[in-house]
Amino acid sequence: MDIIRFQHVKKQYKTGVTAIHDLSLNIEKGDFVFIIGSTGCGKSTLVKMIYRAEKPSSGKILVGGIDVAKLRDSKVYKIRRKIGVVFQDFQLLARSTVYENVAFALEVFGLPKSEIHSKVLKALDLVGLKHKAKNYPNQLSGGEQQRVAIARAIVNGPKLLICDEPTGNLDEVTSMGIMNVLEEINKLGTTIIMVTHDNEIVNRMKKRVILLDSGRILKDYEKGTYTHESIQNI
Amino acid sequence: MKAFRIFSRNVRDALKSVFRNFSLSLASISCITITLIVVAISVILSFNVNNFATLVEKDVTIVAFLNLDITADQRQEVSTKINALDNIESVTFQSKVEIANEMMESSEVFKNIMSNWSEEESPIQDTYLVKVVDIEAIGKTAEEIKKIEGVSVVKYGEGMVEQLISVFDIVRKITIGMVVALIIVTAFLITNTIKITIFSRRREIEIMRLVGASNINIKIPFLFEGLFLGILGSIIPIVITIYGYVALYTHFDGQMFSPFIKLIEPQPFVYMVSGFLLVVGILVGMYGSFRAVKKYLKV
Repeated sequence: MDIIRFQHVKKQYKTGVTAIHDLSLNIEKGDFVFIIGSTGCGKSTLVKMIYRAEKPSSGKILVGGIDVAKLRDSKVYKIRRKIGVVFQDFQLLARSTVYENVAFALEVFGLPKSEIHSKVLKALDLVGLKHKAKNYPNQLSGGEQQRVAIARAIVNGPKLLICDEPTGNLDEVTSMGIMNVLEEINKLGTTIIMVTHDNEIVNRMKKRVILLDSGRILKDYEKGTYTHESIQNI
Repeated sequence: MKAFRIFSRNVRDALKSVFRNFSLSLASISCITITLIVVAISVILSFNVNNFATLVEKDVTIVAFLNLDITADQRQEVSTKINALDNIESVTFQSKVEIANEMMESSEVFKNIMSNWSEEESPIQDTYLVKVVDIEAIGKTAEEIKKIEGVSVVKYGEGMVEQLISVFDIVRKITIGMVVALIIVTAFLITNTIKITIFSRRREIEIMRLVGASNINIKIPFLFEGLFLGILGSIIPIVITIYGYVALYTHFDGQMFSPFIKLIEPQPFVYMVSGFLLVVGILVGMYGSFRAVKKYLKV
C-alpha cells in the first residue's frame, strides 16, 4: 500500500522559479527511500510539500490518503502529528535538556506526565541516548544532537519520518551511526524518506533511490540497484 | 483532563515568558499601572460627580419669600397660584416663627438676639419651599413664582450648582481623554513586548508547528502572557484605590469642601472600582497581545 502518492505535482515559487515539474511518484508503506540530486534540483521542496511546509502549485499529493495540497492551513497540524521531521541543523531548544526537548513534542498535545515519561525514555533508548537525558544540547556532539532530534521526531510514533540532509553536518563515522539508528526505526515499520547528497551513505545502504534533476525524476532505482558508478554513467 | 493539562502548560509557559523578558514585561506592567491609576481617578471622580449631582438635584429648592405684611388669605392665594404652575412637585409652607425657632436652635448667638424680637418686630419672612420636577427648568419656574403677587424675593442658589457641576464635568472629560490616550499607548507597548517574546521564541514556535501543535496551541500562551501583564499591572492601582479612597473618605469625613458635597461610601464602591480596574487591565493586556499574535505570528 502506498503511504505517499504524488500525481502530476508542479511547484512554482512566486519568484517564477519552477522547482518541481509534473512529478508523479509512489512510496510504499514501510519503505526506506533516498532522494538525491545536485544542489537546487528540488529535493528539499519535494519533501517540504509532504509535510505541507510548501504547497504545490498544481497536482495532488496524497499522504496516508489525505490530499495535503487541499488541506486548510488551520488543519495542517493534523498531518504533522503523523509525520516526524529531522533537519540538518537539528533544531533543538538550547535551554532545554535532552529529555525536555523530546518531551516537548508530547507536551504540546497535553499527554499525561507518566505517558510522556515512558515514551520519551523509549525514544531515547532507541537512539542510544537514554544516559544523556539530563544533558543540554551544547554538551553533546553533533551526532548525539541529531539523535535527539530523531528521538523527538519519532517519540509520537509517526508512520512517516522525513529526514532532510540529517548527516549534512556530520563526519562519515557519525553519519553511519545515524544511518544505523534510522535503519532500526525503519525496521520497526516507519516509512523513511531521506534527502541527502552523501553518495557514500546511499551506496552502502542499498535502498530505493530517486535521482532528481531540475525538478524532474531522472531515475528511480529499485531497492539495491543503485551504485555510485551507475550515477556517473548518466 | 487533557484540556486542563494543555491549559496549565500554557499558563506555565506564559508566566515563564513574563519573567524571562522581565525588563520588557516591567515596562508594560508599569504602563498598565499608570494607565489604571488614571482610570481609577477618573472613575472615582465621575461616580462622585454623578452622585453629587443626583443629590443636589433632589435637594434643590426654590425659596419664595412672602411680603412681611401678607395676610393669611393672601398667603393661601399664593400657594394656590404656585400649585397651578407647571413643573411643581411640592409646596411646603414655613412660617417665620418656625424659621426663627430653627435658627435659634442652630446657634446661641441667634438665640440671644432673636429671643428679644416680638412677632411683629421680626424681619424674618414667611416662605414657601417649592420643589420642582425638572431641575433644568428651575430658572423659569422661579421667574414665574416671582411674578405672583405677595412674593417678594425668590432664591434657588442660581448659578452656583451649575458652575460646580460644570467644573467637575471638565475635569472628568480631561481624565477620560487621558485614559483613552494612555490605553492606546499601553496597548502598543504590550504589542511590542509580545512581539519580542514571539521573536525570542521563534525556534520553539517553529518546532511546535513541526511536531503538530495546532494554531490555538501556539497562540494561546502569548494571549495568556498579555493577560498576566494586565493582572500584574492592576495590582498597584487596586491597592491605591482601596486604601487611598478609604483614607480620603476618612480624612474628609465623607464630604468635600462643604457638607453639601457628599462622597460615595467606600464599601462596596472601592471593590467595584477595583473589579473594573482588573477587567480593564486584562482587556488591555489581551488586546495588546492579540494584536501582536495576529500581526507577527502567521501560522
